[in-house]
Amino acid sequence: MDVRSTPSYLYWLFCQFELITCSYLMEPWEKVLFYSFNLAMLGLLLYTTYVCVAFHASSAFQLLCSFLGAPRENALSVVK
Amino acid sequence: MGNNNWPDHQAQRVVVNGSHLACRLEGFHVCGGGEGIKVWIRAAGHMEPIRAQLGKTLSVLLGIWCQPAFKHEDETETIHSNELYERQKNGVSNGTLYKKTFIEHFEQAPMYVAVFTFVGFAVGTIFGYLRDFMRAWGLEKRNIAAEREQQKDFVPLYQDFENFYTRNLYLRIRDNWNRPICSVPGPQFDLMERVTDDYNWTFRFTGRTIKNVINMGSYNYLGFAETDVNALKTVTIELEKYGTGVCSTRQEMGTLDKHVELEKLVATFLGVEDAMVFGMGFATNSMNIPALVGKVFLQRADEGYGIITSNMEGSIVRLPEIVSLKNKYKAYLYLDEAHSIGAVGATGRGVVEYFGMSPDDVDVLMGTFTKSFGAAGGYIAGKKGLVDFLRTHSHSAVYATSMCPPVAEQIIRAMKCLMGLDGTTQGLQRVRQLEKNTRYFRRKLHEMGFIIYGNDDSPVVPLLLYMPGKIGAFARRMLEKNIGVVVVGFPATPITESRARFCVSAAHTREMLDTVLNALDELGDFLHLKYSRYSKSSHPELYEESRLELED
Repeated sequence: MDVRSTPSYLYWLFCQFELITCSYLMEPWEKVLFYSFNLAMLGLLLYTTYVCVAFHASSAFQLLCSFLGAPRENALSVVK
Repeated sequence: MGNNNWPDHQAQRVVVNGSHLACRLEGFHVCGGGEGIKVWIRAAGHMEPIRAQLGKTLSVLLGIWCQPAFKHEDETETIHSNELYERQKNGVSNGTLYKKTFIEHFEQAPMYVAVFTFVGFAVGTIFGYLRDFMRAWGLEKRNIAAEREQQKDFVPLYQDFENFYTRNLYLRIRDNWNRPICSVPGPQFDLMERVTDDYNWTFRFTGRTIKNVINMGSYNYLGFAETDVNALKTVTIELEKYGTGVCSTRQEMGTLDKHVELEKLVATFLGVEDAMVFGMGFATNSMNIPALVGKVFLQRADEGYGIITSNMEGSIVRLPEIVSLKNKYKAYLYLDEAHSIGAVGATGRGVVEYFGMSPDDVDVLMGTFTKSFGAAGGYIAGKKGLVDFLRTHSHSAVYATSMCPPVAEQIIRAMKCLMGLDGTTQGLQRVRQLEKNTRYFRRKLHEMGFIIYGNDDSPVVPLLLYMPGKIGAFARRMLEKNIGVVVVGFPATPITESRARFCVSAAHTREMLDTVLNALDELGDFLHLKYSRYSKSSHPELYEESRLELED
């Protein structure tokens, strides 16, 4: 394994991905289909992560602040 | 049932459930039951009774698959740990079943490997369905076998899993099999260069040959597949005397004096009363088992039908235990030594000699001449009564053409060489060389960190690849490095355990083995095949400049 340079390490990782998912064996049009599907899924995952995690992180942070400050009856009302 | 008459066995390091040294097989005790045979295995501190079906008992005793079905809490027994340590320290004692240590490895890969393997198969299957759909709806040209229009309403011929697998997964890497060779399959051979324009549907030959590819796939264990004129002198003489064809069966006019000479020699070699030879190795089994076996339940001693030294696993059968089982239950033992005759044992006489047992323990000894003797055909040997029965009742003797004389002479000369009857020690040297090569190759592969299956003395070395994508990549890249290997996947092996199978030969020199080991090392790093979790040694003599990171 070549750790001398990051680009070749990334290339090696990409080769591993190709071998594991059998995309090494696919014809070019199948590869295009497979990669675009994967990238679409990855994009969707990242977007969902961004939206949900941001939402929950900010609400948890505000809840924490409310404990340090005055207690509220309804914790959910923190997010407006 | 639960008595404690343990036979006094040496502690054997075995593998249970895939983990090396997970338990020490102290001994076994078999008691018959109503629905099956209970096998008690005393292992490293506690006894685990394993209920096994009649057919699977023998495979359990092989120590390869041990799936504990349940534990009896009230019958556990602990062994003092220092007692185990002492026994191991003192080595092999007398009066036990095994005369030397028997070490086999069947290490399990880390869990993520199995997960990735399934991911690979899942993606392959999805794309398989996609391609089948496209072919069915005419979006893609159909190259495959399909039923005719008029047969569309009949029972489908090509829809089962095997055909699906062949069409969609095997076809993608088909170029790694059926490679035509154009020289003798010695330690090096020549391949015909073959390319495909349409992703392995069809091949065409470019006309060039790839020369001097190191041969790690042929069953040329003792190196008798050779073209040296001096070695083949007697074969040439017999070829000129008899020609090539026999044109008859054994029972008609196909029994030649060469066959009689060969059969006597085989019987002397194996130490039995009589032997019979047949023209084809596989046909020896397929023609004679029906003659010997009636309508009874045929027990399989291994996953492979009748194969004792396993072709794909590289393991050696535990003959002493099987013989004691056979004696206890008054069964007959048919030992198929296709791969082990010539390759295993101190003088090449097979597993019977390897374990120091007498050939009288085995009822039917079968073997082939295709592997270690560089010829073709097979033999069945044993008591004279058995062989006389076969001469009259074997299907091969009635219908199949007998062995041709030059091939018989090749076997005779190889066997005489092995026995030392030609006046030289060349035969013994070959056996020793094979042993040395096997041990060296296996040891180096273990050190490098690959998962290797099988017995330390077996010249068949399976290197586990696991993932279907790596099968094709491995074989192609090894060919680019001028090394020819055989890779195997499903259905010849379990679906998650695809492997590359190396066959070490006595004709391989140390330089050839080192070339192969270097190539394997590089490829193992590139394809990430070094799954073994045992310590690897840094071996400076194999590396030049490519392992700089070790010195950091």
